[in-house]
Amino acid sequence: MSIKVNKLTKYYGKQTAVNSISFDIPSGEVVGFLGPNGAGKSTTMKMLTGYIPPSSGTGSICGIDIIENSIDVRKIVGYLPENNPLYLDMYVTEYLTFMAEISEVRNIKIAVEKAIETTQLQRERHKKIGQLSKGYRQRVGLAQALIHDPKVLILDEPTSGLDPIQVVEIRNVIKTLGADKTVLLSTHIMQEVEAMCDRVIIINKGNLAMDQSMKSLKKENSNLEQIFRKATNHVDTV
Amino acid sequence: MWTLYKKEIRSFLGSLIAYIVMGVYLLLTGLFLWFVDGNNLFDLGVASLQVMFDISPFILIFLVSAITMRSISEEKRLGTLEIITTKPLTDRSIILSKFFASVSLIILTLLPTLFYVYAIYNLAQPVGNIDLGSTAGSYLGLILLAACYASIGLFSSAITDNQIVALITSMVISFFFYSVLSMLGDIDWLDQIGKSLSWFGLEYHFDSISRGVIDTRDVIFFLGFSSIFLGFTQLVFESRKW
Repeated sequence: MSIKVNKLTKYYGKQTAVNSISFDIPSGEVVGFLGPNGAGKSTTMKMLTGYIPPSSGTGSICGIDIIENSIDVRKIVGYLPENNPLYLDMYVTEYLTFMAEISEVRNIKIAVEKAIETTQLQRERHKKIGQLSKGYRQRVGLAQALIHDPKVLILDEPTSGLDPIQVVEIRNVIKTLGADKTVLLSTHIMQEVEAMCDRVIIINKGNLAMDQSMKSLKKENSNLEQIFRKATNHVDTV
Repeated sequence: MWTLYKKEIRSFLGSLIAYIVMGVYLLLTGLFLWFVDGNNLFDLGVASLQVMFDISPFILIFLVSAITMRSISEEKRLGTLEIITTKPLTDRSIILSKFFASVSLIILTLLPTLFYVYAIYNLAQPVGNIDLGSTAGSYLGLILLAACYASIGLFSSAITDNQIVALITSMVISFFFYSVLSMLGDIDWLDQIGKSLSWFGLEYHFDSISRGVIDTRDVIFFLGFSSIFLGFTQLVFESRKW
């Protein structure tokens, strides 16, 4: 199992953000992580990447415990946080080199070149990140996440706020990555899930609402949007 | 940690703040030392940098706070903190590299004033009649003092995501520990209590080290003081995990 989560729970004060969710993701799968805003998607991802510890429950990535060996987990996980934070005053290559260095990459030059190539940043590599458009910034964020050739990629809304062409481009990048990596990505766009994912996990108000493979969903013959509404108890008003 | 340190230094030198800090420091100390009437070197007629060492702690309160104000708050605001804290780095190494980078920048700022030392050394009658021990002690004192200010600055920067709030908090805390505590020692009716409180002030130890006798107790006080505030910084830093 690449990502294993067992009864993961997070309280913010009295509020329950994530309520005892469990799932297993085998290596090599691309999983769509869905749910309405505030469902606990980002919180779950933050717990998996070691940014915040869970209140209770356990999780492991490639067999390494996310609480006990947080530092080791971070070495094999690539993470793109929501809103894609970046150092705007750094140059693209400078930023990626810095990220490679703190990710303890052995051959930094090769890693940077590879990340730039995968995300097709060749033409922007000497620009300041602050000068880039949103789509290119997203690529820099993605390049940062995969600079150390992680086994697992955790991407929090990688395509939000991009124009349709950029969405397709980023999607293609993720698809290529999905060939040899485990990817957990959250999104609000249903077509995206259909286009990229092998499996769908839906959470609602912190609870696991659905966990099914794309194949079995397709057999049900209803579209994903309806499934999503049903899973999150949304009554159709139209 | 070395990588983070280099990155901090680069971002200092890439931003205007570093140059403004250096410029302002040299300008103010230069003015007070050579030009401002009443208290300058020629009025006093003594070959020493005492004037500079008297005002530097106050200038540094402002300058060190300006250097450290964005170091954590800006990363919080931009969200980049989430990126570096999910890389294989410990929180401590992140804080320490920011701390050492800030102290290095202050040392860099102090370096050009060695020219003043050289000038005064040659102006003295006879040439070289200057208390080098006391001068060296004062420089060491300034660096240690700046380290304390930097730890206060980082703490202030960690508690907010607003640079201005960080700047003001840092200046107030620094002023309190440098000046206010030692003022308490001068209040008659506080007597021994005031005297003991002033021992906890930074000025007491800075004055002591400035005399040129490097007392390990003073050095330990400065280092301990910085460590305590760096510890507080780490606590705040980890509060996201609570």
